Amino acid sequence: MVPFLRNTWRGLTSMRTALILLFLLALAALPGALLPQRTLNANKVADYIAEHGWWGRLLDRLQFFNVYASVWFSAIYILLMISLVGCLLPRTLEYARALRTKPVLTPRNLSRMPHHSESTVDKTPDEVIAQATRALSGWRKTEREEENGARTISAERGYLRETGNLVFHFAMLGLIIALAVGKLFGYEGQVIVKADGSQEFCNSGVLGYDSFQPGLRVDGTDLTPFCLKVASFDVNFLPTGQPDLFRANLEYQSEKDLDTGTWQTYGLEVNSPLRTDGDRVYLLGHGYAPVFTVTFPNGEKRTMDTQWRPVDQVTFLSEGATKFDPPGITDSEERRTKQIAVTGVFAPTAQLHGSLLNSSFPDLRDPMVAVDVMRGDLGIDNGRGQSIFTIDQSMVDDGRLKRVARENLSVGGEVKLDDGTVVRFDGVKRWVYLQVSHDPAQVWVLVFAIAIILGIGASLIIKRRRLWVRVVPAADGRTVVEVGGLARTDQAGYGEEFERLSGAVTGGKN
Amino acid sequence: MVNETLARFGDWTYGATVVVYVFAMAFALIEQAFGKAKPRRAVARQLATVGGPSTSVEEVPAVEARPAERTRSERFGRMGAALMVLGALLHFTSLVLRGLAVGRVPWGNMYEYMSAVSLVAVVTWIVLMKKFPVRRLSAFVLLPIVILMFLGGTVLYSEAAPLQPALRSYWLIVHVAAAIIASGLFLVPGVASVLYLIRNRYDHDQAKFVRLGERLPGADVLDRVAYRTTIIAFPIFTFGVICGGIWAEAAWGRFWGWDPKETVAFVAWVIYAAYLHSRATAGWRGGKAAWINILGFAATVFNLFFVNLVTVGLHSYANG
Ligand code: HEM
Repeated sequence: MVPFLRNTWRGLTSMRTALILLFLLALAALPGALLPQRTLNANKVADYIAEHGWWGRLLDRLQFFNVYASVWFSAIYILLMISLVGCLLPRTLEYARALRTKPVLTPRNLSRMPHHSESTVDKTPDEVIAQATRALSGWRKTEREEENGARTISAERGYLRETGNLVFHFAMLGLIIALAVGKLFGYEGQVIVKADGSQEFCNSGVLGYDSFQPGLRVDGTDLTPFCLKVASFDVNFLPTGQPDLFRANLEYQSEKDLDTGTWQTYGLEVNSPLRTDGDRVYLLGHGYAPVFTVTFPNGEKRTMDTQWRPVDQVTFLSEGATKFDPPGITDSEERRTKQIAVTGVFAPTAQLHGSLLNSSFPDLRDPMVAVDVMRGDLGIDNGRGQSIFTIDQSMVDDGRLKRVARENLSVGGEVKLDDGTVVRFDGVKRWVYLQVSHDPAQVWVLVFAIAIILGIGASLIIKRRRLWVRVVPAADGRTVVEVGGLARTDQAGYGEEFERLSGAVTGGKN
Repeated sequence: MVNETLARFGDWTYGATVVVYVFAMAFALIEQAFGKAKPRRAVARQLATVGGPSTSVEEVPAVEARPAERTRSERFGRMGAALMVLGALLHFTSLVLRGLAVGRVPWGNMYEYMSAVSLVAVVTWIVLMKKFPVRRLSAFVLLPIVILMFLGGTVLYSEAAPLQPALRSYWLIVHVAAAIIASGLFLVPGVASVLYLIRNRYDHDQAKFVRLGERLPGADVLDRVAYRTTIIAFPIFTFGVICGGIWAEAAWGRFWGWDPKETVAFVAWVIYAAYLHSRATAGWRGGKAAWINILGFAATVFNLFFVNLVTVGLHSYANG
């Protein structure tokens, strides 16, 4: 059993295994770029599976639509991490030991070294040694005396290379751990907020969000409180329709402002999120909310500004469904014959082909809606959740929700229904789509990432070199100087450097 | 807003650059095809076998040493190199003109990006030509560059235009610049590794790649060119990916989200890490390492084309 474990451990922490695991990691990451991923776009995944039949379902079973949380992807990087730890521990020990030991003995036969020079100089051995010591400043070196009276210097340089390499690999480990911590304790939530200051959003719980993705250890009860309103939204488009500027003018209260009741302002733009108390607020998108007023036969009015969603990101042609409950009707059966939905498309800049509405520009130049007014049972009372952007088509199919008017309306335009109800298009509001993100470990990810760069830089730039000098007194009062050199990494370039060094050691050419 | 005249001059200069590169390529090809295989070859073989099971150097048919006078093909080679330098200057000018025309850094869409990548590759090669005896290989390096630039100037061409708001950030300048430098550098080891494999094949079996094999520099030279360039590119690439993360944190709300472009960059990064590992792993140096390097460059190119043109991700506006 013990030998088995030991062999497994050795195998797992060998360089070859690390290499193969790296390959597997690259290979396993790739499907995430080629196949749609649930985390990025769940609808596309559903479409893909529907289109590809059994093949799509098989891929789904094998977690190919959620690659980075799949069992096989996790297995590879966990093995890689184990391998990394197993590889780093002994290397760190060995490195610590190497730092304390002296450079190796001068080899007996220096002429066997890849770099070698020998010369006889008019100096005493002492002078040569002193000169060599000066030439090798910055190297780690020791001086030794051999039995036959020859004196040697062993010098080595480039220890920082291994430091860099270890820093790099440790930082990699740290980065992976910081990522994991972020996945456990972070969260993201998205919310649509009207951009006229009318709506206050508070980060007090999950329910305030339209969608929320908690980390594994987040239950939404312990969010840092802050509140915000969008006072206005500035947009500017170039004449071509290309966006030039988006800015949501926020008013917000961070945790301590909540006690004092003060509001701060912030111009939220695409590349500059609001950062407050560990949370970040991002501007992800924007859109329009047409405002409709319905005047019921009894004279009562209801006004709604439900947001519609852009279906064309270039022209901002939008679609949606603004839903009304008739007032003053207590009988639920009757009410469910009189509910009203205004559905259809909205164009910020109308362009009509006959009566077909399209949009020619994303900004509000000539807003118009093309609406179907539906009356009947909207199906909002039956407990099934429904999208705020659409009506429940099954109600239409069942004949319980009927179209009672179809009209194109400009601002101020209205349409009168057979029972005297009037639907009026009052105007347009803007809304913005915000994201709140929280990741307590992301600063550590950054720290480790910087360590990775420094480590890899040191490790790839610094070169390890060895150099030996042997000084032997010659008979005529002169001195024989022998120099040998060995590059421990990447030979390239050591040749010239060696010539320069050995020249400096012997004190110029002779 | 956009200075149309400057933009037009920029495009003309771009066209001229491609023409000059094609001529440089033709001249380099002449040297490669008609130049005598150099005596260097014997030396190269000697180096290659140091420390290995040595095949005797005497077996190599010595090519008669050439006198110092330059052969005609060598003159063509030098002209090709000079043209390459001229092309690089024109190339640089075209990017500067584009930048001035739009009043921003000239790497905001695929046309500009690919042009900048090609320029980095050309400059890298010019520097390498000074350090290693590889001038006659210029055609092999210029071929992918000319193809890239041709595609960039035709199918992927974009009119001069200002940037979308999401792209206006200092991190764009740094992140994309690092990506450009790294990709341009990676092109050279990619080509060198292909040539390495050819040369290696020929060294092991002289019947393979007869014409080409003997005219290539020694396998050790090609290997060193690939390695030295990769170790410069890899930290820059790492830096670029990290800057991308910093920018994504500010722009998209997360520093990493497995967007297709991020994913393929990760894949390429891991492959190059594997390349560096392979050179310290017994049994993986040489041919296998060269294959890994080629794979790394394939991932880089894949990232440029497939991800920008086919998939829809947050990075997609890079082609707009
Ligand atoms: C988490 C995955 C890993 C990545 C991304 C990675 C990346 C790298 C890179 C880029 C280098 C070259 C730069 C340098 O020399 O410092 C390198 C070198 C090295 N790695 Fe890793 N590594 C990983 C895991 C491992 C593991 C598990 C081991 C042990 C088996 C290992 C052992 C080494 C060694 C010994 C070197 C030095 C090679 C040399 O002297 O040239 N690495 N690694």
